[in-house]
Amino acid sequence: MEVFGRKIPMSASLIVWAVLWEIVGQLDLVSLIPPLSNVVMRLAEIVPTETFIDALALTARSFAAGTGIAILAGVPIGVLMGRSEIADRLLLPWVNVFVSAPLTALVPIIMALFGFGETTIILTVVLFALWIIILDARAGTRSISNSLVEMAQSYGASYWQAFSKVYVWAALPEILAGIRLGMVRAIKGVIIGQLIVSVVGFGYLFEIYQSNFLMEHLWALLLVLFALAFLIDGVFGYMEKRVEYYAASR
Amino acid sequence: MTATVVHAPGFQRSLGTMVSVRSVSKVYPGGVEALNEISLDFPKGQLTTLLGPSGCGKTTLLKIIAGLLPATSGEVMVDGMRVEGPGPERAFVFQDFALLPWATVLRNVAFGLELRGVPVAERESIAEHYIGQVGLKGFEKHYPHALSGGMRQRVGLARALAVKAEVVLMDEPFSAVDEQTRRKFQEDMLELIKNEQKTFIFVTHSIEEAVYVSNRIILLSRRPSRVMRIIEPDMPRGITPDQIRRHPAYLDAVEMIWQALKQYLD
Ligand SMILES: Nc1ncnc2c1ncn2[C@@H]1O[C@H](COP(=O)(O)OP(=O)(O)OP(=O)(O)O)[C@@H](O)[C@H]1O
Ligand SMILES: [Mg+2]
Repeated sequence: MEVFGRKIPMSASLIVWAVLWEIVGQLDLVSLIPPLSNVVMRLAEIVPTETFIDALALTARSFAAGTGIAILAGVPIGVLMGRSEIADRLLLPWVNVFVSAPLTALVPIIMALFGFGETTIILTVVLFALWIIILDARAGTRSISNSLVEMAQSYGASYWQAFSKVYVWAALPEILAGIRLGMVRAIKGVIIGQLIVSVVGFGYLFEIYQSNFLMEHLWALLLVLFALAFLIDGVFGYMEKRVEYYAASR
Repeated sequence: MTATVVHAPGFQRSLGTMVSVRSVSKVYPGGVEALNEISLDFPKGQLTTLLGPSGCGKTTLLKIIAGLLPATSGEVMVDGMRVEGPGPERAFVFQDFALLPWATVLRNVAFGLELRGVPVAERESIAEHYIGQVGLKGFEKHYPHALSGGMRQRVGLARALAVKAEVVLMDEPFSAVDEQTRRKFQEDMLELIKNEQKTFIFVTHSIEEAVYVSNRIILLSRRPSRVMRIIEPDMPRGITPDQIRRHPAYLDAVEMIWQALKQYLD
């Protein structure tokens, strides 16, 4: 972005919104929006509390388990779909349905099957993250040049060797993009899971803040989530940049 | 005095055949008939070139020999064994190099050995040897994107040599390389053929290149391919490359092939 001929980083736009938020908050127009400065103060206050740390730990655990499963399952499935016409025909319609389906509506079904525990929350995370990871791994695999595939074959690669030594690496730029998008969706998944399934972790905090109309607390919690999403996005964006150089020469 | 020998299409050499293609036909899904009952023998320790009009089925034939593509009918024998798929006695050099962009030159050259489970130290010392052979000493730690096209193809060649395959299949290996590099490459190839005692099967579009490097040239007709003529250029060796390129035997062979292939230009 350029303003008056100067290069300004994209994150600068955040400052504009932060100032706007502060003004609207100070004007006291809507009780839903407290001033940003109050929210930040509240943030500093609640983050060190045990309640918050426990909620964060619980949420992080479900999130990590869920995204871990989604990556371990999604990448091989996506690569398989990218390589095998039959697998692709069988699975693609489902993946396409789920990638855009209103997944929240499906959470009660998981709940009916797996109860009200952490398992259900983890599976909710998987449900949110999996599909985009599959789709991107598939797209990456399809863009691998035919001669690289033939090279692996002609030098006698087994299925596992071709997958682990060639396909995953060749498709890495897209796979990382898929994981990045999947993790951002997984944040949504873990909160929705915690709200619907059993009110624990961040879901529990949201619940009490909301029912007690603690708007500053609520916004502080949201800020934490935004920051986490931003961080994940940044880390994976950086990793994608690092492998970009070979995306063209596969 | 050297002479270029021309054989009729039915010519077969029985002694020392390494690769034997027997009545191979290939019909692609969709009905394109690329090869029709083609039979060919490739003598051991020699470089045989496939030359023919574009789309006549050279790549198809090479891939069938490599075991990367099944023949619709017929069979290919390599050293007396029927080809059922890729095998360690055959190595392929790809037109677009097919290197792993995320791996160094060293790992790329050792990749065939890595797939076979050869221990790191051993495969890297073999790879280093062949990196030296193709003139890339000092580039072991470089990545492919930092190399020129010619150097990348040397990596591809070193990878094929490192697995110690007896048959090296090369599909237009120099077509993505500039002319100067190409000539240097051709001379290095002659050197390699002399040292390595391998059977090379080579596809090119360049008549000059074919005459310069080949022991035998197989002229193919238009799709579905038949063997039109087999030429053994028998270039004088031991003289400079420039002398070869001015030698009457060289010029005659080039002219003869040009006359034979001219009919396929539209
Ligand atoms: N996968 C495929 N499916 C259908 N037809 C194909 C396929 N691959 C090649 N063909 C056709 O088979 C014929 C022979 O192709 P091939 O690539 O073997 O020719 P070639 O002699 O190598 O050509 P070139 O000199 O242009 O490289 C061509 O007409 C081509 O269009
Ligand atoms: Mg070809």
